[in-house]
Amino acid sequence: MANFYTDNTDLKHHLYHPLMQKIVKLKERDYTDSEKYDYAPVNYEDAMDSYEKVLEIAGEISGEIVAPNAESVDHEGPHLVDGHVVYAEGTKQNLDALVKAGLMGISLPRRYNGLNFSLVPYIMAADMVSRADASFVNIWGLQDCAETIYEFANDEQRMRYLPRVCAGETMAMDLTEPDAGSDLQAVMLKATFNEADGTWRLNGVKRFITNGDGNIALVLARSEEGSTDGRGLSMFIYDKNDGGVTVRRIENKMGIKGSPTCELVFKNAKAELCGSRRMGLIKYVMALMNGARLGIAAQSVGVSEAAYREAYNYALERRQFGKAIIEFPAVAEILSTMKAKLDASRSLLYETTRAVDMYKTYEDIARERTLTPEERTEMKYYSKIADAFTPLAKGMGSEFCNQNAYDCVQVHGGSGFMKDYACERIYRDARITSIYEGTTQLQVVAAIRHVTTGTYLNKINEYAAESYAPELKPLQDKLAAMTELYATAVHKVTETKNTNYIDFHARRLVEMAGHIVMGYLLLSDATRCSDFTKSATVYVRYGEAEVNRHYKFITEFTESDQENYKY
Amino acid sequence: MSLNIVVLAKQVPDTRNVGKDAMKEDGTINRSALPAIFNPEDLNALEQALQLKETNPGSKITILTMGPPRAAEIIREALYRGADTGIVLTDRAFAGADTLATSYALSAAIRHIKDFDIIIGGRQAIDGDTAQVGPQVAEKLGLPQVTYAEEVKIENGKATIKRRLESGVETVEAPLPLVVTVNGSATPCRPRNARLLQKYKYAVTPSEKATLAPEKAKLVETREYLNLYEWSAAEVNADPEQIGLAGSPTKVKGIVNVVFQAKESKRIAGKDDAAIEDLVKDLIANHTIG
Repeated sequence: MANFYTDNTDLKHHLYHPLMQKIVKLKERDYTDSEKYDYAPVNYEDAMDSYEKVLEIAGEISGEIVAPNAESVDHEGPHLVDGHVVYAEGTKQNLDALVKAGLMGISLPRRYNGLNFSLVPYIMAADMVSRADASFVNIWGLQDCAETIYEFANDEQRMRYLPRVCAGETMAMDLTEPDAGSDLQAVMLKATFNEADGTWRLNGVKRFITNGDGNIALVLARSEEGSTDGRGLSMFIYDKNDGGVTVRRIENKMGIKGSPTCELVFKNAKAELCGSRRMGLIKYVMALMNGARLGIAAQSVGVSEAAYREAYNYALERRQFGKAIIEFPAVAEILSTMKAKLDASRSLLYETTRAVDMYKTYEDIARERTLTPEERTEMKYYSKIADAFTPLAKGMGSEFCNQNAYDCVQVHGGSGFMKDYACERIYRDARITSIYEGTTQLQVVAAIRHVTTGTYLNKINEYAAESYAPELKPLQDKLAAMTELYATAVHKVTETKNTNYIDFHARRLVEMAGHIVMGYLLLSDATRCSDFTKSATVYVRYGEAEVNRHYKFITEFTESDQENYKY
Repeated sequence: MSLNIVVLAKQVPDTRNVGKDAMKEDGTINRSALPAIFNPEDLNALEQALQLKETNPGSKITILTMGPPRAAEIIREALYRGADTGIVLTDRAFAGADTLATSYALSAAIRHIKDFDIIIGGRQAIDGDTAQVGPQVAEKLGLPQVTYAEEVKIENGKATIKRRLESGVETVEAPLPLVVTVNGSATPCRPRNARLLQKYKYAVTPSEKATLAPEKAKLVETREYLNLYEWSAAEVNADPEQIGLAGSPTKVKGIVNVVFQAKESKRIAGKDDAAIEDLVKDLIANHTIG
């Protein structure tokens, strides 16, 4: 009986972070829903108990259904029938189980039949589902899009669409086009208002759309004729029941093969405006993308977990030269580093999730009443942390995920190159995490302003001021020294005031900040639970070497050296 | 039409995950070393009941289980999947029951429930593997029985049931009320539902309620559906002579550890298709395959 929640005590550790008391209280509005709904918690302990029990359900489905189906889903994949997607058999079973378990609309309010859970258990479920099958989390995890409807659509639209998501209908976000990938300002899909029947009609093509044949889609389209930039784009809701969109092809991908990546043709498809015109890209897509990036950060951690476990189990079983290969220092180091990167990226994932949860919950409360000045300050604080940490969690988490997948194959040796072991699927699945929802390079673009404006340094200083277990003092000292190197490197780069030069070093600076942040987070984990001491030690040592490397590169580099890197 | 459905379920030691501590030195089961679970085929039975409830709106599913007070755990497991309430048939006098005494006690409880249209249970429990209790309950209640069911449908007051037999699938019709035992090959039970779990997690029997913290006990007081039932032998008017050890003609004479080992082997010479065909024929003949 595999249960991905109960077999991984790290999850419970992150679930019971001290900040949860506040998050849950805010999310539950002081537990007032319990008078109206028979499934609402009466207090904090009750809510946390429910979170855990529901995570046990998600863990059981992940371990007992989704994971065993992963291989057949990878082989079979979805296929196209009459312009529509038919999922692989295993994907259908996975979805059916999660829908029956009521695990759709997890964080939506109860008035739309959601569970009104904190974002933390939702992301945790995504973490587990990703460990089971990275391709499936793309379909299930697109329930994220409902958040955008909740935040920006009108009441009537919310009432119409959100209960459908909670009942199990899947979603899609139709943004990318053949000539508009990372640069969404170039979106061309045309939205025209039909005065005769008062509806919007969509015409054009979308490409690389995950779960493109989902029941409800958010579509970015050009509503302002003659416009050419992002200010002419609006967000629309397309309901599959209305028809007008067909799938022209399903891409044949390297990995996450169970997830249908579609090319869509819109032919006079009826759609309705979501929110205000012209705000599509500027406001709504940004919100949508931040949610999606957090989702990919969770996917990265889940795949990392799968990679680490596969490698660890293989290294225990595989015997060479008369002993298990895990006993060889070279293999043991790979495994320890994998685990340290996994733990580090997971800590950052949940730290980010809590920040997102805090500010979004405050935003939601602000729809009901005026926030107090203290609440507003707190909302702004967490909003900034969320904005700074989301690209870090996605960017570094997905890179660690790829590194762990690579190392997983390495530990398997020749067998890892064969199709016989899960590691080759994990290796292929991992590859997309550092590409979609913004490549690592684009995460750096989003993160660098928090290097230059000092968000990271301020937060690092806050971490440094916290108290940690005394035995972790040597690690704390290392982190303090790393912070000095970081501050010096930032100063050296930014004092040039040369944007191109800052962009050139941006990834190095962002990574330095990331290593220090994750180092402190692991110290905090190890202070709460000594199981994390090993990972904290391994990670800080690894991060120290990386920070030193970047520091040396940056401090010994001059603006003129950049000439060698130009084309 | 709405139905009153009784699901017979048993909490069993998880004999599928047997570790080295599973047996005591005297050869009996070390229950503390094995997790207690919902008997797997009873979950198949519950799924059939849930499907009947879906196709017959207004139906009510009552879980009936005999066992120690902690057996209430499986009632909650059933509530999380869509059952409505449950009864633990518990009494020291029931202890040591064989299948005859068990079916007597269950039938007495079912008589006490009074209103029922269909009684569904798993084919057999993984601790005893007898498959006797369901049929004996039917006999004691004087009801028709259908065993090895894979699919149960009820329309116009009549049940249509698919039975999984060795030679194929047989479809039979039966009048209500009726006892059905469900095969493990039937649809697996749906997962626990997040919302139902939150609704029913404090559902308790009277003996459990006595141990609750005051604020939870208060919640149980105010929410009728959180109150499960606990029935004793006296409550279901069971004859003391027919229950527990007294009512059990089966006595365990001795327990022997059996270690399976191959007694004979056969070597088939040759590497061509004919040799493979011989091998396959042999395997079919001794029922290893086919």
